[in-house]
Amino acid sequence: MPELPKKKVGIVSCSGEELPEGTITRLATLKVLWELRPDDTVTICLPLFLAGGQGERTFAKYYPTFAVDGCDRRCAAKGTEKYSGKLAASIVVKDLTAGGEMGSQEGKGRLNERGKAAVEKTAAKIASLVDELRTGHSRQQEVE
Amino acid sequence: MSKAKPKVVIVPCSGIGKPYGTVSREAAYIVTEELRPDQTQLVPLSLLVLGDAHARAAITENVAVTINGCKLACSTKMVQESGGTISEDVSVLDVFRQHRELKPLGIAVLNSEGLKLASVIGEDIARRVDELMADAADSSRPRKGASKHA
Repeated sequence: MPELPKKKVGIVSCSGEELPEGTITRLATLKVLWELRPDDTVTICLPLFLAGGQGERTFAKYYPTFAVDGCDRRCAAKGTEKYSGKLAASIVVKDLTAGGEMGSQEGKGRLNERGKAAVEKTAAKIASLVDELRTGHSRQQEVE
Repeated sequence: MSKAKPKVVIVPCSGIGKPYGTVSREAAYIVTEELRPDQTQLVPLSLLVLGDAHARAAITENVAVTINGCKLACSTKMVQESGGTISEDVSVLDVFRQHRELKPLGIAVLNSEGLKLASVIGEDIARRVDELMADAADSSRPRKGASKHA
């Protein structure tokens, strides 16, 4: 049986500048992409996606895609669903953490220790969802 | 009820694919948190695109400065589509071409050159903000000798 190219998982982070949680989504996504699951994931640039990037929209339409949002306004999830259809998973940082201030006194773009821990937790959650999805696909292929 | 004091809205692209997107984000923080916190307002692009009422109001009621990390200029396109008026359209790449020694590296964490490039952009924008605020003050001041009844 020919070996088919591995299907990657797309990750769209909101990167919201207004809240430290937006920085958390960005850093967690990059951690998964570079360290935790480099062979299984790609990131999709949300501004480009929203501005009409056809490559990004087509990828999210045909490949499993996760949205990672900082708050319950869920801009990344809503944007992806609007232009590319159903998401494989939607993660909201505020649901994974116990709350409290996560930005440092130096500004929203800098995280305190709680914020840095939230990056780790969010990245681990994304990686586990990637694994679940891949395992599910393998099982489906075995059944087929 | 008095109208809210006009601010200059800063909209970075925050692109995640290249260091230039991170520079746009850093520059926006430098202006809105350090250099001109009282005269500027940061508006997240994603909120704007999804039609958030506050983000849209900020864009339509004030002038905007957009900061783009690449030639696709997502931030500019989105502000224009939202009905905003752009007073300055900053391209990180163009500023880098004038400061070749400040090559940004790193997306999660910028190197020191990238941070310096963000500072250069932030300072340029702060000067532009001062000009815009001065223009706004001039236009709202009654002219000497002008008749009350035109």
